[in-house]
Amino acid sequence: MNIAELQAYGYFALVLLLVVVLYSYIYHLYSTDKKKGGHDYEKFSNMALNDDIGDAPVSPMSDDKEK
Amino acid sequence: MENRPLEYDYTVAKMFMFTTIALGIVGMLIGVILAFELAFPGVNTILGQGLAEFTNYSRLRPLHTDAVIFGFTLSGIWATWYYVGQRVLKVSMAESGFLMFIGKLHFVLYMVVVVAVVASLFLGITTSKEYAEFEWPIDIAVVVVWVLFGVSIFGLIGIRREKSLYISIWYYIATFLGIAMLYLFNNMEIPTMLATNAAGESGIGNWWHSVSMYAGTNDALVEWWYGHNAVAFGFTVPIVAMIYYFLPKESGQAIYSYKLSLLSFWGLMFVYLWAGGHHLLYSTVPDWMQTMGSIFSVILILPSWGSAINMLLTMKGEWQQVAASPLIKFMVLGSTFYMFSTLEGPIQAIKSVNAIAHFTDWIVGHVHDGTLGWVGFMIMAALYHMAPRVFKREIYSKSLMVSQFWIQTLGVVLYFTSMWIAGITQGMMWRAHDEFGNLAYSFIDTVTVLHPYYAIRGVGGLLYLVGFLMFAYNIYKTMSARPVEESELQNASPMGA
Repeated sequence: MNIAELQAYGYFALVLLLVVVLYSYIYHLYSTDKKKGGHDYEKFSNMALNDDIGDAPVSPMSDDKEK
Repeated sequence: MENRPLEYDYTVAKMFMFTTIALGIVGMLIGVILAFELAFPGVNTILGQGLAEFTNYSRLRPLHTDAVIFGFTLSGIWATWYYVGQRVLKVSMAESGFLMFIGKLHFVLYMVVVVAVVASLFLGITTSKEYAEFEWPIDIAVVVVWVLFGVSIFGLIGIRREKSLYISIWYYIATFLGIAMLYLFNNMEIPTMLATNAAGESGIGNWWHSVSMYAGTNDALVEWWYGHNAVAFGFTVPIVAMIYYFLPKESGQAIYSYKLSLLSFWGLMFVYLWAGGHHLLYSTVPDWMQTMGSIFSVILILPSWGSAINMLLTMKGEWQQVAASPLIKFMVLGSTFYMFSTLEGPIQAIKSVNAIAHFTDWIVGHVHDGTLGWVGFMIMAALYHMAPRVFKREIYSKSLMVSQFWIQTLGVVLYFTSMWIAGITQGMMWRAHDEFGNLAYSFIDTVTVLHPYYAIRGVGGLLYLVGFLMFAYNIYKTMSARPVEESELQNASPMGA
């Protein structure tokens, strides 16, 4: 196998890897809200909409301490 | 003091709002002068031969680019950071004396750098690297300013009440990390006083003078890796940070798809850094790098449009707001121009198109529909949204804002259409040859043909500058307009007639 052939296999493997990574990330984003303990990402929009200093945070820092 | 309710502290945001406007006027004014110098060469010596050194095109050009990139845009980025950062992290800068000090120091040192840059460029002291003209002492000062910005970002994140970081914060962090990496590597330089030449002489040139650590093709590659990604992390990433905050906030609409915003973020981060090679098509850079630059530029459409479509869809069912509010108009047209220039860029990066487009005015047109239509509109919209909240007063005049919007939109359209025609005409004329391969036109033939388009571009730029002065006046008058209650500031900004 010469270098050009190796590069071609490497290139194909890289493209395949990137496709898998991309689709796994999309799958992760869309499946995680349904799982127990997962994020509801859409709720995060409220961080901008309710951003007065007195508004309740979407996910307060103090959650960590309660666990 | 004890009983006063906690409030966000916009002291530093206000300082940067001021420089956004002041440096915007300076940068755009110089831009308009340059446009007329190209159309009417006599303008180069408008103040007489004695001062021609300071008024000619080549001396002023870096002042224009650096004033609008590192003056107007960067100030806008920081003004919005010191506003948005506190709000989405739900923490006030008043809660940390340290961060307040860092913020003010950040502003003061930035001012020192601005003065040094303006003075040195006017005097013709430059490294001659495009968008990286500053000599080494200024580069070191820039690094200090940048580190202070980083301390401010991570300091505020460190004391936040909101555990998750809003999407805009991710974009601000990316701006910080991206520019830090690019600036350091592109500005690796050796002061000539430390160097020895082939003849054995040392201590050459002025103490501030330096030469790049890279040579030839490598220097060009690093320069355009920097140059293109300065567009990425200066004109795209932080402006996307702004629109993800200001459009939902002003319209009262949640982002259409928060998940799409995350996907586009990582897409943009992965793809953008590889696209710079398209500036060096048909050069001495290895062919595979040129091809890679082209391919990544085309792929870049996806994450760019992901963000832009997400913003347009955020207005779904609420399009009457575009008609009703000039502030929403600025942002919706901004994201439309973002889609437009992120489609135009990839087209220009295709090798066969680039054979016509390279080195022509079409490229200049592309840059300006992005910067005037997207960056400029978004920063002005951000400041318009911030002004009532920062000054606790309504925006002085809605009708002035509407007139400004249409004047500037016309300006941008005149700018890019004239540059399209000029650029493609130029590209075709340069290539034209007869059956024996002799060039059909000399360079001056193209200059003659392009003259009307250069004049139209000058008018377009002038209209944009006029609109910017209207914006400055509107913000200035807002400081003494009708005071408003906190309850009026929830979403749509209050505006006077």
